[in-house]
Amino acid sequence: MKRVSILFVLMMVASLFASCGSLASVGNGSTIKIVSSLPRTGSSKGQTDSIVNAIKQRLEEANYKACDGKFTIVYEDMDDATAAAGKWDAAQEASNANKAAGDTSVMMYIGTFNSGAAKISIPILNQAGLVMISPANTYPGLTKPGKGEADEPAKYYPNGTNNYARVVPADDLQGAAAARWAQSLGAASVYVLDDTELYGKGVADVFEATAKELGLDVKAHDGIDGKAADYRALAAKIVDAAPDMVYYGGITQNNAGQLLKDIRAEGFTGKFMGPDGIYESAFIEAAGADAEGVYATFGGVPAEKLEGDAATWYANYKSKYNAEPEVYAVYGYEAANVAMNALNTVCKADRAAIQAAVMGTKDFKGILGTWSFDANGDTSLTAMSGAQVVNGKFEFVTAIK
Amino acid sequence: MAASHTRAVRNVPWRSIGKIFIVIFCVLFLTLPFIEMVKAMIADPQLLVRQLLIGLTNGAYIALIALGYTLVYGIVELINFAHGDLYMLGAFFSLTLIGTFALTPETPWLVRGPLLLVVLIATMAFTATLNMLVDRWAYRKLRGVGSRMAALISAIGISFIFQNLGLLWGYLRLPFMHGVMGSNAVAPKSFPALFPNVNLLAGTGVRFGAKDLIVVGVSVVLLAALYIFVTRTRLGKAMRATAQDRDAAALMGIDVNRTISLAFILGGALAGASGMLVGLYNGTAVFDMGFTAGLRSFTAAVLGGIGNIVGAMLGGLLIGIISAMSDQYISTKWTNAVVFGILVIILVFRPTGLLGDDTAQKA
Repeated sequence: MKRVSILFVLMMVASLFASCGSLASVGNGSTIKIVSSLPRTGSSKGQTDSIVNAIKQRLEEANYKACDGKFTIVYEDMDDATAAAGKWDAAQEASNANKAAGDTSVMMYIGTFNSGAAKISIPILNQAGLVMISPANTYPGLTKPGKGEADEPAKYYPNGTNNYARVVPADDLQGAAAARWAQSLGAASVYVLDDTELYGKGVADVFEATAKELGLDVKAHDGIDGKAADYRALAAKIVDAAPDMVYYGGITQNNAGQLLKDIRAEGFTGKFMGPDGIYESAFIEAAGADAEGVYATFGGVPAEKLEGDAATWYANYKSKYNAEPEVYAVYGYEAANVAMNALNTVCKADRAAIQAAVMGTKDFKGILGTWSFDANGDTSLTAMSGAQVVNGKFEFVTAIK
Repeated sequence: MAASHTRAVRNVPWRSIGKIFIVIFCVLFLTLPFIEMVKAMIADPQLLVRQLLIGLTNGAYIALIALGYTLVYGIVELINFAHGDLYMLGAFFSLTLIGTFALTPETPWLVRGPLLLVVLIATMAFTATLNMLVDRWAYRKLRGVGSRMAALISAIGISFIFQNLGLLWGYLRLPFMHGVMGSNAVAPKSFPALFPNVNLLAGTGVRFGAKDLIVVGVSVVLLAALYIFVTRTRLGKAMRATAQDRDAAALMGIDVNRTISLAFILGGALAGASGMLVGLYNGTAVFDMGFTAGLRSFTAAVLGGIGNIVGAMLGGLLIGIISAMSDQYISTKWTNAVVFGILVIILVFRPTGLLGDDTAQKA
């Protein structure tokens, strides 16, 4: 009996503390919360570390204040990956989105990293009227009608208004740029592979279509099982088809390293190209020595080649974090930049007004230049770059026209 | 009269109807694609041989893992779900030792060869001990009490524990390991290319690397050793007796618990050997590699007739070859569907697997 009463008292005390906590967060109306949802566990961590750093960098420049000090900004860095999956996880992303939607002080959702994850959170946030800015999603169907499935993108926006924008160019540009670059590298025939995910298949499909238009010989297009132990049989098939280049549409986390190792072990000596999903140090680590000479495309220009404001940003980032930013860091900064701009313009803790301000961003002077969001929420910037692994590091090679 | 009437109704040969249906389906829908496949095979015989060799090599290591399932199932009728993850831990353990010995592709063969043998033996000892301890601490207590489900569910639990152990292993940054775990904890770990990849059949248009031969060679030696052990030695005889009838074996003076431990030790050792071979062969180890490999190997064990040692070897070989054929002549994304489709068809015609007999299927 005594134990029961002690337990009871403890519970009372605990609930008292809990209610105090929630009272505090509701009572303080001058706090605005910005959350990000990115894969913080797994091999994407290198990329997302530098995105989060860049977001923090932008917020610190504003001293975590918006609208001339009227609002205090609280930033929360959410993880949409699980250790068990080793990459983003659908259930975790849904839980993050629901948490943000339910927290009335959240005014801005920065994310996601993976397009497949965005597919899950956009409709949840759409119904909550919360705006979402992605620093890295590149699957075209998320915003562009006619570039994905027939019911895309309308199915992601159940309440009919557009709450999603991205500061990176989409893959209909990247896949096409990759095909043009492949041709200029002298590849006359290609073998296309994808990881059967939204992003990977999307970019591979565009690559294939463009390659055919350019008159390249597309030997075949296969999907791979990202969990398979090896790809040796597929590699033998590729060697037999003897293409000049293998194009892999997909992410490092779907076994890209193993795929490349097996293709090389079977004696393939041609070129290997991938999209920005393999443009990271984790890919080079997974593929080991075989990564040498691999080509990758990505949206925008690499940090060290940036000019003007972006060059200043790059110098600041390096001195602040004592590390090279990965390719998406600059987009993390720009996403936070757009978010701050909208908060300062609206100057109210009003989700609908902030959403309208973000989506209506026009002639914005960001660090990437002056750009706008179009009606779909896509950036007007279309710059694409190509890089190659040299001595165990991706080096910028060319801007792709 | 009434009784025989009901029996007549029950005797409608549903199973035969199902079989006839499958045969009709295969003839109608699969004949043309099959002819196309055979044509493609004949058109490029060198490629066919290469794919068969790939299937053989993959089949060899699948068989090694499959034996762990079959040995344990044959004796205690437990599907040891943790077995695939034990294989993964074998790969991690061997990679750690390879790092500790600082083995690189430049190490001369006189040093590399013996050290690799040491790594192989140590890895086999490690996984064998681990498997035995798991049996002693987790499964033995549940044996004979309550339903068989309890042991099965705890095997799934052990599988999760192992997988997370593999995940934590990736965080190990001990100075003597020479950085083999890379910089990213959960990312796939890269093995140094210690097996040479020179083509042994150079000039024939077919590729069969030295490392393929090493994998096949080591697997065949281990498989043969196991077969001789089980069929020719006293301990092997004790294992077979325990598998046939545990109570009778105990009455004859066989220490049943020790015999069961032996099955776990042998299965564990083979899983460890397989983990190391695959790590060096594929060049990669990742903490969740045990799931796919375990599924494939368990399928191989069922295909060959679970509980039957030769069956597991045959099943492994078949799965390896079918996968390679499907990757080449159908499409990679259909491979899993093809493998499991064939499993279903075989089980319809031979419910106990290819070499399994009814006594093996005591469940």
